[in-house]
Amino acid sequence: MTHITVNVDGTTYEDDVEPRLLLAHYLRDRLGLTGTPIGCDTSNCGACTVELDGASAKSCSVLAVQADGCAVTTVQGLARNGELTALQRAFHEQHGLQCGYCTPGMIMAARDLLRENPHPTSDEVRHALEGNLCRCTGYQNIVRAVLAASGQQDGSGPADRTRDASGQQVTEEVTA
Amino acid sequence: MTDQAVAGEVGREVGRARPRKEDARLLTGQTTWTDNIQVAGMLHLAVLRSPMAHARITRVDVAPALERPGVLAAFSGADLAEGLGSLPCAWPVTEDIVLPDHPPIAVDEVRYAGDPVAVVVARDRYAAADALEAVEVDYDPLPPVLDLEAALAEDAPLVHSDKGTNRCYAWPLATGESFAAVRERADVTLKRRYHQQRLIPNAMEPRAVVVTPLAASGEYTVYSATQIPHILRIMLATVTGIPEHKLRVIAPDVGGGFGSKLQVYGEEALALAVARELGRPVKWTESRSEGYLATHHGRGMIQDIEVAATREGRLLGLKVDLVADMGAYLMLVTPGIPILGAFMYPAIYKMDAYEFRCTGVFTTRTPTDAYRGAGRPEATFAIERIMDELAAELGLDPVEVRRRNWIRREEFPYTTIAGLTYDSGDYEAATDRALSLFGYDDLRAEQRARNERGDPVRLGIGVSTFTEMCGLAPSRVLRDLRYGAGGWEAASIRMLPTGKVEVVTGTSPHGQGHETCWSQIAADVLGVPFEDVEVLHGDTKSSPQGMDTYGSRSLAVGGEAVHRAATTVVAKARKVAAHLLEASEQDLEFRDGVFSVKGSPEARRSIQEIAFEAFTNHDLPDGVEPSINAEHVVDPENFSFPHGTHLCAVEVHTETGWTRIRSYVCVDDVGRVVNPVIVEGQVHGGLAQGIAQALYEEAVYDDEGNLVSGSMADYLVPSAPDLPDFVTDRTETPATSNALGVKGVGEAGTIASTPAVVNAVVDALRPLGVTDVRMPCTPERVWRAVREATA
Repeated sequence: MTHITVNVDGTTYEDDVEPRLLLAHYLRDRLGLTGTPIGCDTSNCGACTVELDGASAKSCSVLAVQADGCAVTTVQGLARNGELTALQRAFHEQHGLQCGYCTPGMIMAARDLLRENPHPTSDEVRHALEGNLCRCTGYQNIVRAVLAASGQQDGSGPADRTRDASGQQVTEEVTA
Repeated sequence: MTDQAVAGEVGREVGRARPRKEDARLLTGQTTWTDNIQVAGMLHLAVLRSPMAHARITRVDVAPALERPGVLAAFSGADLAEGLGSLPCAWPVTEDIVLPDHPPIAVDEVRYAGDPVAVVVARDRYAAADALEAVEVDYDPLPPVLDLEAALAEDAPLVHSDKGTNRCYAWPLATGESFAAVRERADVTLKRRYHQQRLIPNAMEPRAVVVTPLAASGEYTVYSATQIPHILRIMLATVTGIPEHKLRVIAPDVGGGFGSKLQVYGEEALALAVARELGRPVKWTESRSEGYLATHHGRGMIQDIEVAATREGRLLGLKVDLVADMGAYLMLVTPGIPILGAFMYPAIYKMDAYEFRCTGVFTTRTPTDAYRGAGRPEATFAIERIMDELAAELGLDPVEVRRRNWIRREEFPYTTIAGLTYDSGDYEAATDRALSLFGYDDLRAEQRARNERGDPVRLGIGVSTFTEMCGLAPSRVLRDLRYGAGGWEAASIRMLPTGKVEVVTGTSPHGQGHETCWSQIAADVLGVPFEDVEVLHGDTKSSPQGMDTYGSRSLAVGGEAVHRAATTVVAKARKVAAHLLEASEQDLEFRDGVFSVKGSPEARRSIQEIAFEAFTNHDLPDGVEPSINAEHVVDPENFSFPHGTHLCAVEVHTETGWTRIRSYVCVDDVGRVVNPVIVEGQVHGGLAQGIAQALYEEAVYDDEGNLVSGSMADYLVPSAPDLPDFVTDRTETPATSNALGVKGVGEAGTIASTPAVVNAVVDALRPLGVTDVRMPCTPERVWRAVREATA
């Protein structure tokens, strides 16, 4: 067992852990912070992405002992007093989630992108999120959400517009 | 008041682009995934799986695992056999189908790599996983059975030796004239073979199950990442012998399914059996790589398809011969999946002859079952591919050849050659809109220019004018197809004394947004605020009656049940209102949740006030029960038939084989829309999965029957840069088989998009002599196809 001290979402925890314990399992099973899900065992899916000392990291690829002395931010630490962050709001408004399993990781990865590149293009968003898999959305509304959170699109929902093949926005003609 | 009349009044909420009420918990990490659940005293289950595709088990010794730290118990298949029956197959499609025994854990023979052979129970998940390697198993290898056609040979090695054959069933359908007869008078016949590769569904949440026993009363609560809590409860009762009324099944938040959680899995039965054995709560969570072996796969078919047509391109007949890979065992609806497709090969086209035959075959691979679309994507792929081939053969534009054959808008309702009655549709409108959004003529001009100058990057245009049957399903149709259950759905509305509303649904959402949509429907009919409606689902205790979520059924059947139950609430409230307002029911108007007397608008009672009156029962009319709650079970009178036109433009680099989707336009008709945001999202996600089949994904096995693409690192689930932006639009012809006018949308994108993409790839390469590329159209396959055609 190794003694670690980790600050997670503003609270400091001290624990004795097996050296092999993954940070993802430490968060979920030991701290009960189940907002960070696990979607694979090959570090492909990115569902478990958190921030480790300010940079995004897949918590399945980090040992809990490596987080000793670090500050970890999970999706559970984003909203303050019930106030969603701009990214969380944008995912909601742009319907950037369906089952929501990938969402914590997507949001944490997108935060990382927007910190480094506050005004990304659509292509840059897609490439920045390459390590995060979503099976529900086809990614388009996730990209919209990240662009909206970066202030590059109006806040209207995706149903309010459609685009023609050249990428021009046109008014949706068919409504229910 | 008729349902139609009520439907005419709704509209404040239905049709509105409401952001989802589900999102709040999902965005903030407050979700209850099954693996999140921790119970005092809970133990962790791990499953040892066969490393071989086919072998006789000669010895299993779990004793060494018991020596490992933290291990409390370990069981072989033989240890658990007594308390566990066969896993169920609810769809024996023919009378003489071969139904092998399917033990949840293998006892004497393993039949696919991944078949469970032993389980270990330990205090934490690491200890359980560690101890698996201490279990000793001896195998006597048997020959794998992998080739679908070779498996049918007389002397083929057998997956189930006691059955004497690998042929599971043969299911024929022949309607109209004989195909031989129409072939006689045809100007052209085309025959093609298409391969539907195996796919792995890849819901982002891995499967998990938690069982908590209450030994004193013999009750068990099963939490499972499932699409089907109600069906699972019934089936687990039959598999384990635990009486149904002592089982409670909860589907907490479920992270996607796509058919893969429409199943009764061995691990669900095993966790229950172990919890019963030990009297302790038990959790099992699959790792992703484990899931690739143990969670059912989809597709897996060889399709021989033949069309006969006139030289003008009019279809005369269609003949389809399928060989479908069942995998090693029949799971819940395995045999029925290709049969769902049987009715869809004729698609939107008119013809005089249709012959279909499907042969189900056992192989030593992970069982197959429903994966998004379930039989209909396969059918749509084959017919839409060969329609493009027919167009090429006749020198016609692929849109034109479809136009010459499709059911015209004035012909609805139309009974197809396969015997389905399509209630509504407008293929002209969807196609015209799609062509316009796509810029079809300009793209064709660019394609010609590239071809003429011999551009190494060719442009291809793919067309798919699809329809599908969904909204499973009229129970009597299911009976005729030998399906083991009905296709109804239940809903009830509870009007609470404080004016709030609970909608109880038998559907079980896992990303579809039922909480939002059902709230919209109920809010409209009842005239209450959207925020005042809570939707209860996914727990057999709180929503005791349901047939769950799959086959794009939830809105057309379950949403319709909500609508009708709410309509009954209003009808019951009307009686009370008439009494309180001292007016006759006929003189009452109901608008925005308020009853008023025609001509004297000051006399009013809100539906919330009436709910409170019913609660106190102080002044209800004589003979009226003190409740305006209502429930309704809907059995649909027909399937729903969404349709649409999908157009895909790809750029294919002939020197590298690289395919890039340049634009994708789809115009879908899913009838009346409850929430356009959710509909668009469903289409996007469906497109992604259909495109993934066309270009990226395949479950690959080696010659020994090992799954080579056995992890997420080896199986290409597309990520954001692998997919384009989609242009989506809708036309709207209301369904006539439900009062809401809605059609299913969950599978439409997947069904439509695969042929659109492959047609585009082939269209790009056709001038070079390429007439097909096998899916997935990887750069290597495209490059080889070009090399072979131009050699």
